[in-house]
Amino acid sequence: MTSLTDLTLAEARDGLRAKKFSAAELARAHVDAMIAARPLNAFISETPVIAKAMADESDKRIARGDARPLEGLPLAIKDLFCTKGVRTTAASHILEPFVPTYESTVTQKLWNDGAVMLGKVNLDEFAMGSSNETSYFGPVENPWRKPGDNKSRVPGGSSGGSAAAVSARFALAATGTDTGGSIRQPAAFCGIVGIKPTYGRCSRFGIVAFASSLDQAGPMTRTVKDAAIMLRSMCGFDPKDSTSVDMAVPDFEKALTGNIRGLKVGIPEEYRVDGMPKEIEAIWTKGAEWLKAAGAILKPVKLPLTKYALPTYYIVAPAECSSNLARYDGVRFGLREKGEDLTAMYEGTRASGFGREVRRRILIGTYVLSAGYYDAYYLKAQRVRTLIARDFENAFKEVDVLLTPTAPSSAFARGEKTADPIAMYLNDVFTVPASLAGLPGISVPAGLSSDGLPLGLQLIGRAYDEETVLRTAGVLEQAANFTAKPQTWWKQ
Amino acid sequence: MTAPTPALLKGATGDWELIIGLEVHAQVTSNSKLFSGASTEFGAEPNTQVSLIDAAFPGMLPVINAFVVEQAVRTGLGLNAQINLRSVFDRKNYFYPDLPAGYQISQYKQPIVGEGIVTVELRDGSVREVGIERLHLEQDAGKSLHDQHPKLTYVDLNRAGVALMEIVSKPDLRSGEEAGEYVKKLRTILRYLGTCDGNMEQGSLRCDVNVSVRKPGAPLGTRCEIKNVNSVRFLQQAVDFESRRQIEELEAGRAIKQETRLYDANTGETRSMRSKEEAHDYRYFPDPDLLPLELTPDFVARIKASLPELPDAKAARLEKELGIAPYQARVLVMEKESADYFEAFVAAVQKRTGKAQKDIGQDCANVVVTELFGALNKDSKSIESSPISPTALAGLQALKMDGTISGPTAKKVFEEMYATGKDASAIVEEKGLRQVSDTGALEAMVDKVITENPKQVEQFRGGKETVITFFVGQIMKASRGTANPAMVTELLKKKLAK
Amino acid sequence: MALDKATVTKIARLARVRVAESDKDGLAGELSGILAFIEQLNEIDTKGVEPMTSVVAMPLPRREDKVTDGGKQDDILANAPEKTAGFFTIPKVIE
Repeated sequence: MTSLTDLTLAEARDGLRAKKFSAAELARAHVDAMIAARPLNAFISETPVIAKAMADESDKRIARGDARPLEGLPLAIKDLFCTKGVRTTAASHILEPFVPTYESTVTQKLWNDGAVMLGKVNLDEFAMGSSNETSYFGPVENPWRKPGDNKSRVPGGSSGGSAAAVSARFALAATGTDTGGSIRQPAAFCGIVGIKPTYGRCSRFGIVAFASSLDQAGPMTRTVKDAAIMLRSMCGFDPKDSTSVDMAVPDFEKALTGNIRGLKVGIPEEYRVDGMPKEIEAIWTKGAEWLKAAGAILKPVKLPLTKYALPTYYIVAPAECSSNLARYDGVRFGLREKGEDLTAMYEGTRASGFGREVRRRILIGTYVLSAGYYDAYYLKAQRVRTLIARDFENAFKEVDVLLTPTAPSSAFARGEKTADPIAMYLNDVFTVPASLAGLPGISVPAGLSSDGLPLGLQLIGRAYDEETVLRTAGVLEQAANFTAKPQTWWKQ
Repeated sequence: MTAPTPALLKGATGDWELIIGLEVHAQVTSNSKLFSGASTEFGAEPNTQVSLIDAAFPGMLPVINAFVVEQAVRTGLGLNAQINLRSVFDRKNYFYPDLPAGYQISQYKQPIVGEGIVTVELRDGSVREVGIERLHLEQDAGKSLHDQHPKLTYVDLNRAGVALMEIVSKPDLRSGEEAGEYVKKLRTILRYLGTCDGNMEQGSLRCDVNVSVRKPGAPLGTRCEIKNVNSVRFLQQAVDFESRRQIEELEAGRAIKQETRLYDANTGETRSMRSKEEAHDYRYFPDPDLLPLELTPDFVARIKASLPELPDAKAARLEKELGIAPYQARVLVMEKESADYFEAFVAAVQKRTGKAQKDIGQDCANVVVTELFGALNKDSKSIESSPISPTALAGLQALKMDGTISGPTAKKVFEEMYATGKDASAIVEEKGLRQVSDTGALEAMVDKVITENPKQVEQFRGGKETVITFFVGQIMKASRGTANPAMVTELLKKKLAK
Repeated sequence: MALDKATVTKIARLARVRVAESDKDGLAGELSGILAFIEQLNEIDTKGVEPMTSVVAMPLPRREDKVTDGGKQDDILANAPEKTAGFFTIPKVIE
């Protein structure tokens, strides 16, 4: 039998039901792996006691024949989801002492479906970053390294801890959140699957907000099937979120028919950006051929405004963030730096509570909303956003799904891009457009780069058509047959 | 629109015209808050009527209260205003300890209600139409208590997130009196609509006043915004003080600085607010946690159909259908409760006497306005705590109308009812106040008084007919007011003529 | 548009984030770089284009006017850095 931590979510589910092992054993194996993997710095808070209690409850349920959809399956939770009684930090000093008295809707749904919590995983501070280097709790190591090279690679971001935990096999799956690529890009960097559903599918209630009009939760798993299983539990209408969509949640697992015969797959020319590494282009071409071989029809499509998506994003997201993060003022929760008066308290708390990237985005956001600049920046960006969404609408008149690379490179070395914010932002060049339009996107591991690091391909679908996205992803996954695993260097 | 009569203020350099615009914050009557399910009730223990949403905990999201939306539309319709079928909630960003999110959810560019009109009557009987610029929904802030501790400010978020309607007038007001009457009228309309309880003491209705002065015909001057004005009396004081201050500044050759000033009720003065000195830059933008609020014409029509009769319409009806004098009609409709009382009273009198409302209306109005309001005012009582119910008062009115008691007796009975809460007929029976209309009994009294006062009889017969009042008075006195004065006069005339 | 030190001071104040005097020049440079990047949008003609308010095409949901929350002073104050007698407390504010 393969090790319990090597199972997929689906295999573990079926194994538990067949009573091949207990939920307690499964949890134990993952807790042990989690502890062994501490050098990766993936967890901010480990919750082995909770994991044990939840697993014991699952075992009782399974014994009674009363298993729920995710019964006994150990998950890592991005530390952006508020968890009742468990510290929730958003990887920020300002929330370092914060213990919510409430549970996010998405995590509550996972627990209601029987999942087991292993702990809270690391991320870029307030989900702002593409390399997990902005966390107050230190950077996360990508389990993947170049063979024969000890240099630390970034896991991507912001859901870097989630991606590392799933990739290094100490969580069966993890929750992520994606604002401009924060699920898909780390999934690509760590060789796993990550899906950002359509905006409005997953409730945002209880998720620490970064940019409200873009934030979406989604699963990060090792297989497309696992993503389908977990997504079903995470989605659904929530009356507590005014942007939550009241729409039936399909059985996504059933969408994985493997049949894409006649499916029209769009290849957007504008994603062929200047300076794109040859191997990215090569894997993209390969992906297209795989889909074609499975019976899909390839069609070039135009998304003319693609290059403007990032500048648009870097107006809209900081603007929303500057307002969303105003609540961290040291009055009601979190860090307070004493000051001789109120303003000193505010300014001191927020200067020491927020890291450099978060402060930078707050300042940019404040600037683009300020009197005299609102029209030129924010309003302009929202108009361009309308045009970007229109681009996609037009493309989806001709095709059913779009195939693109997930990121313009494989995982880069730690520190490589920290000095240049724009270079860092460019990581999200392929993921941001779908975020701006609210569309579902998935990253599927498609192969390894010449230096042995994972590469991902992205599929973007129509709004609320996660089923086509998942079905196509399943075909891609099968064709790519990505079986490589990171070396467990951290165990030595 | 009626042209404003410029009520000019005299200054050392000549006349000045006063320009006033008001922003009224009216707390929407609702059970729960604008974006959360916490209670709106006044006076609870600190931070007990607070949801995690109101306190802006991480990940909390707003969901709008359907009833509050209705209330805003109802108010807009009551102000004869344009209802905007699409409105947008914006964030107004600023830091303050009683503003938990660091932004207030408000409506900036696209409010739910557009332009409207309020008709205001002034003391001299003239009528002024005041333009409404807009009405929008927004969240109230919490409360900072600065006087509990020498070094600390205490923060209570019970009010945070309560729904407010900000009703902005056009700069159509020209005196403190006009501003005061406008607020009173607005309050009356809101109370009729049931959209705000209008309680200024509890802060359910608060005013920010924009005041500027100019030479007649000159362009608008720089304005100052006065905050914390929580009664009509203070409003007039604040306007008087501020306009004088501005005139003095200008006449001394100094410019007016656009600023926010605080009204101090203790001194009757306004002063610059230090905490608001910093330049404002609210960085409004549409709240991404909410979608645009869209209303259907049908929804608006349904609310329109359910509007109650408003004070102006009611006063007009009282004048036209009940024949009530205009001044009294206006007094009667000022408070919805008074109008309700009056209408219940008239209906009860009609039921008892079978008479048409238009025949009894004016008399009923006299009783309510003069007797009842007079007594209540003396005791500073509201109509709701009147010791006499409309039905009980109708009992008294019926006794007077059918001649059971005389007018003067009715006054006495009214006082007794007011003091004891007893029924009119019980008081009449108990004290033997029933009017004597029995001809036999009255004749005996008349005969007696004629016999006892031969001198006056002679005077009468000698042509001094006014002396008849002497006889009537004697009889009324002897009968303790119970004799029917009309019949007594009749009998006297007959007997004295012999 | 290049952002100067004075503007950095102004927006830092608006955002209530203290920025050390010595950091302002560096930050002005960084922020100017980002502004230059986002100003690429000026190349696009957006005349007559409605600004996006939400990607979700649905009416704003409304809830019933019922008291369903509150009465949780302990939860509200549970994470407070400082509190007294049911209140949050902060350094005294002078009106």
